[in-house]
Amino acid sequence: MSSPLRNFSVVPAEPTPNESTSKSKASGVRDKIKVEGLHKTYLTRTGRTVALQNVDLTIGDDEFIALVGPSGCGKSTLLRLISALIKPSKGKILMDGVPITGPSHDVGIVFQQAVLLPWRNVLDNVLLPAEILGLDMKAARERAHQLLELVGLAGFETRNPHELSGGMQQRAAICRALIHNPSVLLMDEPFAALDAFTREELGFELLRIWSVEKKTIIFVTHNISEAILLSDRVVAMSPRPGRISEILEVDLPRPRTLDMEFTQQFKTYSDRIRAVIGH
Amino acid sequence: MSEQTVAPADADLEDEIIDEGSWLKESITPILTFCALLMLWEIATAYFKIPGWLLPAPSAIAVAFVDWWSDLWVHTLVTLYETLVGFALSIVLAVPLAVAVVYSPILRKSIYPILLAMQSVPKVAIAPLLALWIGFGALPKILVVFLVCFFPIIVATATGLASVPTPVMDLIRSLSANQLQTFIKIRFPTAMPHIFVGLKIAITFAVIGAVIGEFVGSESGLGYLILVSSSQAKTPVAFAALLLLTVMSIVLYYAIELIERISVPWAVRT
Repeated sequence: MSSPLRNFSVVPAEPTPNESTSKSKASGVRDKIKVEGLHKTYLTRTGRTVALQNVDLTIGDDEFIALVGPSGCGKSTLLRLISALIKPSKGKILMDGVPITGPSHDVGIVFQQAVLLPWRNVLDNVLLPAEILGLDMKAARERAHQLLELVGLAGFETRNPHELSGGMQQRAAICRALIHNPSVLLMDEPFAALDAFTREELGFELLRIWSVEKKTIIFVTHNISEAILLSDRVVAMSPRPGRISEILEVDLPRPRTLDMEFTQQFKTYSDRIRAVIGH
Repeated sequence: MSEQTVAPADADLEDEIIDEGSWLKESITPILTFCALLMLWEIATAYFKIPGWLLPAPSAIAVAFVDWWSDLWVHTLVTLYETLVGFALSIVLAVPLAVAVVYSPILRKSIYPILLAMQSVPKVAIAPLLALWIGFGALPKILVVFLVCFFPIIVATATGLASVPTPVMDLIRSLSANQLQTFIKIRFPTAMPHIFVGLKIAITFAVIGAVIGEFVGSESGLGYLILVSSSQAKTPVAFAALLLLTVMSIVLYYAIELIERISVPWAVRT
């Protein structure tokens, strides 16, 4: 990758054609997702496990939210609830003011593993959601090429997933999540399986994508630095039972750079998060 | 990997040669060993004066091959026919049944455990019963082949269909894909490599099944030929038939593997 690592002020010369016009530019102006009194419990033979207890959270339009916490704090559960892959035990989730009842097409998901289908090349993997949703394939193909270009995978369209490195596979997975132009991007520890360098690189890459393709991003991670460096707000969660312990506003200028990690402000944030999640 | 670093052609670079081995190189040792063993066999039968009806020399087997060629060929075709029809029949029945088992919880709980238990029944022992019920001719042999092939194929297919990774299922569910889309775009391709594992196990069983069927009672096929020629002390012919069976088994196995390479290239990659 020859893209500059330190400075990510790359702004598109023209807005993406698929960008919905109704969307407000200022982030946090409108509530995109509202989580109210959310509980998730599991009943097993050994008793009741509380995965998530009384979670309230309001996420603004085009906001970048990081959910951070140790294993078992319910951050992935919260993400799965928002994606409607699982149902809440109590409470509700509103998207654009409407309670969610099932998986929404306005959501794209990226998992820890890229899970590209090995029998499809990169382009066809990216196009999978478009096929399933029955979108216009000509337009989808065009968008796929744009997205692959955006993430630096232009020229890799006809490659098979196994020919790609882990980082490249995850870039393709991000394209796949964005192909149907959802306004919400849910990311479940998307870079956790990558090496530290690739992880850093992809983090900034994501910010660059986000500056071009404005989305509401909910980013689950167990990496505190990553959470602070990328997000507008860090939602710190604690385990047993899974709950939100604090929501921290990250007041660092954008574009974010790697050297911000060494500022006093950054350290204050990370110390605070470490303290509230009990680690 | 896609990126290969090419170093400048320095004269003093001493490249370590990574020997990936050609097909010929890999095969030469076993082929030579095999030839040596054949010669040893030939010499031993002559030296110890072993009678031909007890253990024929390789040369005697070769002669039998030439003398009996047209008979051998006819019987080969019979066995091949029984094998292929039985094998095809088991695919046609096992794959859809596996799909039904995976999609229907009722079938999965009712029929599937019985099928798994029936896997332990020695199918070979059913051959005399089949002869009793259906009589002679090709059908009982085809049914023995079907029985030995059916279980590996249904188990492999059912396992494969159920082996879609959780994140992939989540992805598909998040897009509200319907059952048909899920099956065509995800489940079936995921199952394909597993199905081929089942097919490769089944095809090796298939030839054995056909021969067992022929042993029990028939008037043609390589199994019949082995039975008859050994009872008439025409041992070289029995050996020739045995060799043909082996070749048939190997060819069928590699035919399946070739189809696998063509239809599921992603699974064959290392």
